[in-house]
Amino acid sequence: MAKPKVKENIIQDDFNERVRRLGLSDETLIGLYRTMCTVRHFEYTADRLYAEGKVHGTMHLSAGQEAVAAGTRLALQTDDYLINHHRGHGHFIAKGADVNMMMAEFLGKDTGYNHGRGGSMHIADFQSNNLGANGIVGGGIPQAVGVGLALQMQRRKEICVCIFGDGASNEGVFHEAMNMASLWKLPVLYICENNKYGMSMDVERVVAKLPIAQRAEAYGIPWSTVDGNDVIAVYETMKNAAEHVRAGSGPYFVEAMTYRYFGHSKSDRNLYRPKEEIEDWKQNRDPIMRFTKCLLRSEILGEEQAREVNAQAEQVILKAVEYAEASPDPDISTLMEYVYA
Amino acid sequence: MPEMTYLEAIRQALWQEMKRDESVFLIGEDIGVYGGAFGLTHGMLDEFGPERVRETPISEATIVATAVGASLLGMRPVAEIMFMDFVLLALDQIANQAAKMRFMFGGRTSVPIVVRMPGGSGTGAASQHSQSLESILMHFPGLKVVNPSTPYDAKGLMLASIRDPNPVCFVEHKALYKTKGDVPEDDYIIPIGVAEVKRAGRDLTVVANNIMVMKTLNVAKRLAQDGIEIEVIDPRTLLPLDIETIINSVVKTGRLLVVHEACQTGGWAGEVIASVVGSPAFDYIDAPVRRLGGRDIPIPYNRGLEKFAVPQEADIENEIRALVGGAL
Repeated sequence: MAKPKVKENIIQDDFNERVRRLGLSDETLIGLYRTMCTVRHFEYTADRLYAEGKVHGTMHLSAGQEAVAAGTRLALQTDDYLINHHRGHGHFIAKGADVNMMMAEFLGKDTGYNHGRGGSMHIADFQSNNLGANGIVGGGIPQAVGVGLALQMQRRKEICVCIFGDGASNEGVFHEAMNMASLWKLPVLYICENNKYGMSMDVERVVAKLPIAQRAEAYGIPWSTVDGNDVIAVYETMKNAAEHVRAGSGPYFVEAMTYRYFGHSKSDRNLYRPKEEIEDWKQNRDPIMRFTKCLLRSEILGEEQAREVNAQAEQVILKAVEYAEASPDPDISTLMEYVYA
Repeated sequence: MPEMTYLEAIRQALWQEMKRDESVFLIGEDIGVYGGAFGLTHGMLDEFGPERVRETPISEATIVATAVGASLLGMRPVAEIMFMDFVLLALDQIANQAAKMRFMFGGRTSVPIVVRMPGGSGTGAASQHSQSLESILMHFPGLKVVNPSTPYDAKGLMLASIRDPNPVCFVEHKALYKTKGDVPEDDYIIPIGVAEVKRAGRDLTVVANNIMVMKTLNVAKRLAQDGIEIEVIDPRTLLPLDIETIINSVVKTGRLLVVHEACQTGGWAGEVIASVVGSPAFDYIDAPVRRLGGRDIPIPYNRGLEKFAVPQEADIENEIRALVGGAL
């Protein structure tokens, strides 16, 4: 049962062979790159806006984890359902959320996805089957059982993707949900995005047996781990997992190993991890840097084009900030709205 | 009009609604062959099959979460929590999730689920199977809390609850399951949020819920022989609470007693009383406004102890006589 620790393929000599085997076109690969750049700019811009005092509430930034979001989305169908976690900006952007509405929500504006009622932690877009992020750690994991059950009862082909962090795997509902999803062979792809820390707690201090994914074995759910900073590996793993789920074979569990650059939230002073560790991940294992090198070496992308795509992504986010800042706050007279349908 | 029990009335509502609407399904522990701990869903597995009478592991939080998730895709789940006490295991999914999702998501979704839960004492089930926790559930905006006292109300409120676009906690009382009353076969709705005057009277208003309605009505009959006319109001829904009907009654009678089985401290009687004395009815109040709740202890096992942990008819009668005594 014990599987070796996930191997990092930093150098990626086999990149060309892998993308050919997976049938990924240059256009698709550049699209992945663009998505990752967009997420990165969104997160760093969010951090800047906070520093400028323009953000009322908290935020949980996913910089460093972009490959999980982009690679996962590419492996899914447009109509698949998403249940997201509190560090969810990247997955929303990858699913095609409108960054203007996201940024407006982040700034608490009436034009935001939630009319300013939710903020960073609760963005949802029901029209695109994005069922939202959850402020309660693990809160969405059992709800995915219900989404999967409805899909099964309605004889539909979509699947539900439920993403959560390493910390959530220690909540009781994690275990209830794994059991029920497996019992009923529900179409749910569970993705544990292990960024090494649940707030300040190193995963090794709070999980009795690693990898987290091996817990799936106890519930009869097939599982695998993947280098979450290798976007192509994420894509390939999620593609296989999604095929299993879509075929009606029941849930699948993937643990993606990654790392967050920013603190847990705005109050974090990073006292629980060495600066060298953060720098090592940024300098040597960054998902965008690694992917960019591969694209350049394979001549899928030239240096100038790479800069251009990145600059375009930045522009999209800066425009979103302009949109959000120009948007009105919700009117106080609407305070009591949306409580009941 | 056929006579049936409170339990049969709820079953009939579930049955008829599942026949009418394919998106309705039941989910809970032992609700199949066993028929649920109280037999309420007996026969429904044979009629509707295991997909729509969905039996689960003992996982209350995920039972409610499954209802929540399925409702987002257009289903109308009715979840059963075997004993109301166990709702505490599922409170995150009820209070943090179901109750808040519509608001938190800016009104762009709704969570049409019903969570059935039998509460109340009287069965010798002791402290962890006998509580009346409806007051706790009233503290979460976004929820509705429904609490029928008669078979007729139970059926009409269940049909209303399933069709309501919001999450509804449907609080039943175990000791009412065998009580009988007239219940029409046809489809009818008791609107959520509308109280009913169960007995009209001029001398004192008693507001009571579920089993205390029956007890108070028995007391009222006896007091009528002594010329004391009690007005008995059953809120039927605790959230939203129809305070207007109660205020209008107090304006008429000038006296108010609120009776519930739930522990007195923090119980919903305080909410009713605060709303009434803060209203224009204050000017009409002629006597101290009182509440009679359960004693502030866990429900004990011993038959005698259990009985006296919650208001009995004699307690209600004593309270009423003390309140009207001087004036009559």
